[in-house]
Amino acid sequence: MEGLNVSDANLIVHLHPSKSNNIYDAILRELSSLLFKFNENFDGVVLAYEFNILDKNAKILIGIHPFFGVRLKAKLLLFSPKPDMLLEGKVVKLSQGSIHLIVLGFSSATIIDEDIREEFLFKTKHEEEVFISKFHKRHVIKIGNMLRFLVKSFDEEILHISGSLVPPHTGSIWWLDRHSKEVSQPDRGNKSREAEEETILQANGTVGGTEVFSINNDHKIKKSKRKRIREES
Amino acid sequence: MGVEIMNVEAEFHEMEEAVLSDKDVDFHVRDILKSVSLGDCDMYNQLVAVMHRKKRVAPDEVALLVASLKSLDEAVSCIDDQHGSLLASILGMNLWNHGSDVMDALLDLIVNLATTSGKYVDLCLEMLVGNFTPPSSFINILNHPRGITKKEQVLSRVHSTLGRITNLVPLATLRLSTLVIQKKPSHFSKEFILAMYVENMLRLESGDLGEYVRSAMLSSVVDLLIDLDLEIGWDDILHDDSSKGIFKMELEDIDETTDDELKGDIELPRELSRKSLGRNEHAEKLDSLMVLTFEYLESCEAGGRLTKVFEVLLQSFQKTILPAYKSKFAQFVIFYSCALDPDNCGFRFANMLADIFFCNVRPQFERMMAVAYLASYLSRGRFLSTSVVVDMLKRLVGWCLDYCRMQEGEGRPNAHNVFYSGCQAIMYVLCFRMRSFVDVLQLKSQLFVILTHQLSPLKVCLPTVVMEFLRQAKAASLFTISENFDFDDYLESELSRAFGGMERLDMFFPFDPCLLKRSDRYLRPHFVYWSMVRPTYDDDDEEGSGDDDEDMAKSFQEFDLDEFDGALNKMSITPKMSTRMPSRIRPSTSPESL
Repeated sequence: MEGLNVSDANLIVHLHPSKSNNIYDAILRELSSLLFKFNENFDGVVLAYEFNILDKNAKILIGIHPFFGVRLKAKLLLFSPKPDMLLEGKVVKLSQGSIHLIVLGFSSATIIDEDIREEFLFKTKHEEEVFISKFHKRHVIKIGNMLRFLVKSFDEEILHISGSLVPPHTGSIWWLDRHSKEVSQPDRGNKSREAEEETILQANGTVGGTEVFSINNDHKIKKSKRKRIREES
Repeated sequence: MGVEIMNVEAEFHEMEEAVLSDKDVDFHVRDILKSVSLGDCDMYNQLVAVMHRKKRVAPDEVALLVASLKSLDEAVSCIDDQHGSLLASILGMNLWNHGSDVMDALLDLIVNLATTSGKYVDLCLEMLVGNFTPPSSFINILNHPRGITKKEQVLSRVHSTLGRITNLVPLATLRLSTLVIQKKPSHFSKEFILAMYVENMLRLESGDLGEYVRSAMLSSVVDLLIDLDLEIGWDDILHDDSSKGIFKMELEDIDETTDDELKGDIELPRELSRKSLGRNEHAEKLDSLMVLTFEYLESCEAGGRLTKVFEVLLQSFQKTILPAYKSKFAQFVIFYSCALDPDNCGFRFANMLADIFFCNVRPQFERMMAVAYLASYLSRGRFLSTSVVVDMLKRLVGWCLDYCRMQEGEGRPNAHNVFYSGCQAIMYVLCFRMRSFVDVLQLKSQLFVILTHQLSPLKVCLPTVVMEFLRQAKAASLFTISENFDFDDYLESELSRAFGGMERLDMFFPFDPCLLKRSDRYLRPHFVYWSMVRPTYDDDDEEGSGDDDEDMAKSFQEFDLDEFDGALNKMSITPKMSTRMPSRIRPSTSPESL
């Protein structure tokens, strides 16, 4: 699945002196406030983090006295879905007009009928609503299935994804994995795994009590590769 | 408008007569929605008008509405920002005004609207939260069978729909919490609105979303209780006869008392207080919300969730109730939770209060409030075992003893406020629990050191408490180790009101009997009233005789706090010759002691 990456970030967390007796907890609280929210500085949703305190001597901040800044090196797991990425989600509801999924257990996604390729027909089988492929009878989409779909748009406010099943390499993962040769699937899914190399993206800004002064984000490199693949094909 | 509606009906009737399939209707509605972007709004406006009608009586009108809602449900992906009037009409519909068919169709549409594009989640949640309370026209029938049925029909659907939306959009839970708190009616709202809303908040906590919304919902309910509590001024309940001591004032409610002997001794001030509170609108609101909360706590206990809920309540207590200046009633929510589970919750609460009191870095005000709560709690909690009370007293006495050892000289009383509040707490608890304490020899000697220290707590603490304590201590021969201890030498001095400060924290007894009538019924079985306490002295021999002390001390050992239940009817009531307070000092700021 695309859209997930690990970034190294150098952060300064601003803490109130009242928190000075338990710095570690205070940092956890600050970083936890970033979770499950889209953050422009990181260009994604922070899903998890780990950090090391760089310097035991915190710096008293001029201008926002009495706060003091603690420098951290953090590893952030980011979720940044972009249009045309391939994501995976679990089907939680089906109707003739739409398929509802949940991605990574927290982000909702919907594929409306216009974005479901005509190959799929909506049927009710044994009181169960399913989408069945006209060409491959075993390619079935039903509640509980894992689905691979294309991102059309991502609402950063509510973290809602609008998806599409138009490309042929989308559909039930179970079926796609067994019939990968039958569909012209671009060599895209594997690319996400190799993208551990990182480019440095400088970002400046303040997130709540956390200041981001540099972030290594591997997501950008994947995007450029993808573009290259598209150009080549 | 009327003509327009007729047209709509005609259109739809035409469609029905042509025997259109559901699919045809769905396509038709899609076309209507899509035509808006092309500037053709005629049919669209007619569709909006169908949604907009307030009163529907005829079955065909209801059928038309249900059909329209179902078609919109199928075409929901076509609804966007250009259909503002349609969205407003749908979201403006009130479930309470419709029957089951319309409610079900509307809620299916709401679920789809919320989950399909994501951008209408907030509006849909807001609509559902708006249906937590009925329109004002329902006030009169809410208690009738029809009203109760309707309420259940609506609320069960609202909550199940919230569950359906959050299943499809997990992060909607966070938004729901925020929204429910934002939309919470102000404490000036009508009682039935407040009660219904709180009921829904608690229902939300009890449901599948409980794990995620618990903290927000319970904290918000406690905030509301405190808001109401603080609206009830002390003036509303102060009908005070300051010639009476704090222990003499308190008696159970006349209506509830089964002991006829008690009736003759009902104190006038307390009755006045309750009557005056009865007219207080805020008190009535608070009373009904407290009852709701008590019932909810009972259901938590039955469902085995009380421990989780109590953790949130404890945090809320620390954040909201403890810092509130002399909260009068809201604290009984915690008290009742403790009563339901004394071994866990009851002990946790006492421990937390003690920890706050002992914590040097906490503000003095907070520490004094905490020990006032602790003293009142240990004295009044009938459910507390003797061992818990004695353990807490040991901790308090130990702390006071350490404090004494570190001090030299008398100093100004207000420099040792925390110490005096600790001493007063010990004496107050002992007034209620002297019999449980007489056997603990080590504590007796430690207490003697504290009370005879140069800081002279007996001269500084509230005279009524000191005198009642000394009277019982004398009768119980608590300090037989010293013949020099003069029990009568500790009269009120100029220092005696100093340590409480301007806030008079020395006179704060937070768990004095609850004056809210309906809430009191829940609390009564778990409460130690002063009339239930068996002082160590004999009422008929008020002055006490030194010769009898030894005999009395022996007799104490036959009793234990746990025997109060059985012995209740035999007990003496308030001491007839209790100590008199100087009239210039109020005996207590607690309601029933006035």
